Amino acid sequence: MIDAGVVTAQTLLLLLAAPAVAGYVRWLKARLQGRRGAGMLQPYFELRRTFAKHMVIADSASWIFHLAPFVLMAATVAAATLVPVVSAVQPADRLGDLFVLAALLMLGTVWLALGGLDPGTAFGGMGSSREMTVAALTEPTLAISVLALALATGSTSLGAIAGRVAATPAFALGPGHSLALAAFLIALLAETGRLPVDNPATHLELTMIHEAMILEYSGPYLGLILWASAVKMTLLLVLAANVFLPWGLATSLGPWAIAVGLAAIAAKLVVLGGLLALLETRLAKLRLFRVPELLAVSFTLALIAAASSFYTR
Amino acid sequence: METIAFLVVAAAFASGSVLPAVLPSARAARVAGSLSAAIGAAAAAVLGVAVLASGTPWTLAGPQALTPIGGPLLVLDTLGAVFLCVMGLTGVPAALYAIAYLRPADSHPRGRLTHTLLNGFLAGLCLVPAAGNVLTFLFGWELMAVTSYLLVVADPAADDAPAAGLWYAAMTHAGFLALLAACLILAGDGPLDFASMRGAASALSPAAAGSVFALGLFAFGSKAGLVPVHVWLPRAHPAAPSHVSALMSGAMVKLGVYGALRLFFDLLPAGPAWWGGVILAAGIVTALTGVLYSVAESHLKRLLAYSTIENVGLIFVGLGFAMLMRGYGYPDLAAIGVVVCLLHTINHAVYKTLLFLEAGAVVHATHATSLEAYGGLIRRMPQTAILCLIGALSLAALPPLNGFTSEWLTFQALVAGARHTVPELAIWLPLALAGVALVAGLAAVSAVRLFGITFLALPRTPAAETATEVPRSMLAAAALPALACLALGILPGPLVTRLAGVAGDFGLPIARLQDGLGIGLPLAGSRFVPMALALVLVGCAGIVALALRARLGAATVRVDAAWNCGRAVQSARTEYTAAAFAEPLKRVFVGFYRPTQQIKVEVHPVSPYFVQSIGYRTRVTPWMEPKLYGPILAAVRWTSLQARRLQTGSIHVYLALLPAALVFLLFVSRWIR
Repeated sequence: MIDAGVVTAQTLLLLLAAPAVAGYVRWLKARLQGRRGAGMLQPYFELRRTFAKHMVIADSASWIFHLAPFVLMAATVAAATLVPVVSAVQPADRLGDLFVLAALLMLGTVWLALGGLDPGTAFGGMGSSREMTVAALTEPTLAISVLALALATGSTSLGAIAGRVAATPAFALGPGHSLALAAFLIALLAETGRLPVDNPATHLELTMIHEAMILEYSGPYLGLILWASAVKMTLLLVLAANVFLPWGLATSLGPWAIAVGLAAIAAKLVVLGGLLALLETRLAKLRLFRVPELLAVSFTLALIAAASSFYTR
Repeated sequence: METIAFLVVAAAFASGSVLPAVLPSARAARVAGSLSAAIGAAAAAVLGVAVLASGTPWTLAGPQALTPIGGPLLVLDTLGAVFLCVMGLTGVPAALYAIAYLRPADSHPRGRLTHTLLNGFLAGLCLVPAAGNVLTFLFGWELMAVTSYLLVVADPAADDAPAAGLWYAAMTHAGFLALLAACLILAGDGPLDFASMRGAASALSPAAAGSVFALGLFAFGSKAGLVPVHVWLPRAHPAAPSHVSALMSGAMVKLGVYGALRLFFDLLPAGPAWWGGVILAAGIVTALTGVLYSVAESHLKRLLAYSTIENVGLIFVGLGFAMLMRGYGYPDLAAIGVVVCLLHTINHAVYKTLLFLEAGAVVHATHATSLEAYGGLIRRMPQTAILCLIGALSLAALPPLNGFTSEWLTFQALVAGARHTVPELAIWLPLALAGVALVAGLAAVSAVRLFGITFLALPRTPAAETATEVPRSMLAAAALPALACLALGILPGPLVTRLAGVAGDFGLPIARLQDGLGIGLPLAGSRFVPMALALVLVGCAGIVALALRARLGAATVRVDAAWNCGRAVQSARTEYTAAAFAEPLKRVFVGFYRPTQQIKVEVHPVSPYFVQSIGYRTRVTPWMEPKLYGPILAAVRWTSLQARRLQTGSIHVYLALLPAALVFLLFVSRWIR
């Protein structure tokens, strides 16, 4: 019962905080670019407005188009249940591990790609094709990063990895761990559709990936997709924060430990989100066919990480 | 119990072979032939389950009259029983599907033959895993090869069928010869039943064991579709009728896996670890080759055939991993490899059967074979679309369907292997893991493309526009493997426990893998409970739908023309095609595909600056065949031309050749001793 409570509370925290994280990155990016930018809470207002709007559905769309936002949201929430946000004691370790999390995110991507193809528009198909390509090419990097973590800590379960790394800080300072973190961060950019892989702010038709795919969605469906995207980004940032740098995670369920845990994850998200905003201001978008080179770099990093993790375990 | 089931199997296949030939009406012949095949396959599955449940082998010996090769001998142990279940899982839906699917063949003179051949094919498929000696094994193997060859070339309208059949016949007989040689080396001077061969094999010299390994790998690899001996598979599978394609992909190629397991884990003593490394590497190369071609292929059934090659690669990854771990002396890890291999064999059999049956339904309804000719079928064939979606999501290895379970176990096995063993594997196994992950990602692309281009968007041709749903019995037959996909995906535990028992019979015991409702890996310390995940998924989607139900009514939803960035006209000519969908990957892996491009620009006679039309044609033709098989084919042709000189027409020369050949063979046998 307590276990279910811990999992539900962490998942809800992730779901509710996600728009704020997205808003923070956007705000900071605007400041770095010399604009004033909207407030950090802007995504909440946008979600409220989108959910209140009427919908227009393409007459060529089938039930796949209607079901896709729900599956995407459900898959993202299911992935979120596995993530240790505040507490390293993660009862959801008994449900699945990092491979399951990656597969759940893939489930959402696949359904969204089907939703993009469904109305039969050129942009939807283009977005689906590109999104699936990038997702497929990111898989090996993610898998090897997980392997590097598992070699060092002896488990592929998130809570177990976080707990083990927190207990032995020497892991986190080793080359395997830091290289795996670098590889994971590049994969994160590709998975969440950030610069230099995809521009989340663009509506220039020919350069879009994610935005092209969801072009036909409006109203509550669009709201679900926007929210799920924010959750996915936050989830991966939290993963980077808590699996690679797990300090501050609560190891018990006392009020003091939880308060420290909350403060720690907030501070880590401020830093990681800031890094993301900085990266997005400094980097130009890569041509689509240069993206595999970037992913190859991150793959090589992950491979070296796995090898060095084995020797330093 | 087992004997009764066996008698039902034998009676059903026998009556199914005879009845279609003697019954008066073509319709009765079709129904009787297909139903007999279904009953036989179901009884075979019952026999397999009974042996798996009891855990003790079942034996049936006929008169061992023909010394030294013996006579009919059936020995069904747990390994054979697993594969007999696979034959049942694939055979029952395929045979039931044939009842309505083959109706157009009633008017055809060869129609009746198809029903007889189907029964013969299934009998061969069921005989191979139950065989207890070389004679029975090779008889079943050859029965299966000959009947499936005849089924591949059965359709006189398919113009590529004869060429496909020739490739198939040549490869399968080269494999047969290799198999025969391997068995003779293995048995030595002793009797040719598996039990005696097991004893004789321990006395083999390393060189002899190595040649048995190489011959066996070629024979079983060519049956399973391992690269580079896979070339027959993408030709033969699409040429056959769809229910036969399902049997070939779901069941027949798996017998290559069965043979490899039987030879390498049961008959041969444990060999050096590099054998496993070779098989593991071949598995990765096979999986990558298969998935890359399946992403780029536009012919629906050939796409599925390439995806079969991919999955065979993944199965051999498990098998190679098991041999590698056994070679290094880690029996518990080797057992996980065997479980992965068997589990993916079953999972792939189930969803590939489903997909081939649904591909048959689509071809049946549209009379077209290319993805580019479909589109929008979800509105015209709604039930087929749902079934095909289940198959496609399994193919993409997405939770909570069955494809993901075996992929998850593969990942876990490779992680555990890299962590718990020797340094050199810590370099190679991550690469293997990356290969498997890339294959999984590309399989998802292929699945989205397969389902999205076929069923979604607007119809691209009049044939797709006027397609109608297939008969209900075809849907019901395909629903069986679809249900199995869901059941095996949500509750894999009991099956995994049984398969661990099979690994235990190889002398590779393993701690419990089943862990409550889910599966857990004691070595890697990870758990996966698909049923709980399925509940979370359904629950979340339900809660969101409830919360939004007020916003989804007719009052707030307007159905109108697609937005499409303000483009006014939407037609099938502007939507994404299968070729366009694969284009980014073709450019990323351009070194693998080596596409050829033709650009033809026609200009006005007055000035080259007035372009009148531009033609663009790009083709991906597999380059392995001319590179690898071209020299072999040239050598065969040259040899046969030289051999033609012997044919002088003079009977004296022929008579002289006979004793010369005899003397030559005597010298050879003397030299071998």
